[in-house]
Amino acid sequence: MNAALLDIGLRHFLLVSLVVFALGLYCVLTRKNAIGILMGVELILNSANINYIAFSHFSSGRYDGQIFAVFVIMLAAAEAVIGLAIVLGIYQNFATIDVEATDSLQG
Amino acid sequence: MPVGALIFYLIAALTIGSAMMVAFSRNIVYSAFSLLVTLMGVDGLYALLAADFVAVIQILVYVGGILVLIMFAVMLTHRIDDVAVSNRSVGRLPAALIIGVVGVIMGAGVVGARWAQKADVQVAPTTYGIGEAFLGPYILPFEFASIVLLVVLIGAVVVSRKEIRGETGS
Repeated sequence: MNAALLDIGLRHFLLVSLVVFALGLYCVLTRKNAIGILMGVELILNSANINYIAFSHFSSGRYDGQIFAVFVIMLAAAEAVIGLAIVLGIYQNFATIDVEATDSLQG
Repeated sequence: MPVGALIFYLIAALTIGSAMMVAFSRNIVYSAFSLLVTLMGVDGLYALLAADFVAVIQILVYVGGILVLIMFAVMLTHRIDDVAVSNRSVGRLPAALIIGVVGVIMGAGVVGARWAQKADVQVAPTTYGIGEAFLGPYILPFEFASIVLLVVLIGAVVVSRKEIRGETGS
């Protein structure tokens, strides 16, 4: 085993967050369930947070990355609240949360 | 294999495995619980990066708040008689192609770039420094964030309120 695998550095964390970002992007692009799309957005936000904290730890000794991560967590909570309120409103009106069924304004 | 590297690979495998369950599962309830495990894995990565305050905030707010809210929404928006709640996906091949291209480009950038790294990486408690920063240089975003949360609270109540029609009781 060479040192690139054993010596855990910045790139390892960035690659983990890249994989989580790709999976979150897959959720956003392919899901039909509105809550599934919101879960993909949460995965993308978490991958950005891993990046912030990895850079704060390895590249700058200050706390700025961690403060940004706290703000991202707070804004993710706010966005999840509003998104789920909208999803519940859609469910009350359409009796489904399939995003392909909500096309009343189309065409 | 040194213990630090082993722990990192275990937590990374847990995070990526559960994120794959979130992305590829056909049942939305399985996806919600896998998101819980993903958030815990990400929290383990924060602990490995010596971010103790953010790790605790992640558990309190993300797992204890946002994920519980997502579970509420999942349970409230599927029919009770449905055992396997469907969570189908469309357009998987084009999405996989796009994500493959984007992932390869970003991966090449991550591995190939010469990131500026500090020679001495310090592991220290961060709560005091973050608290000082929130009341010092970051006080304006901090106060603005509380206004944002107030607006979100009022907005969520307004959006999800059910209009009571005129014929009830009259």
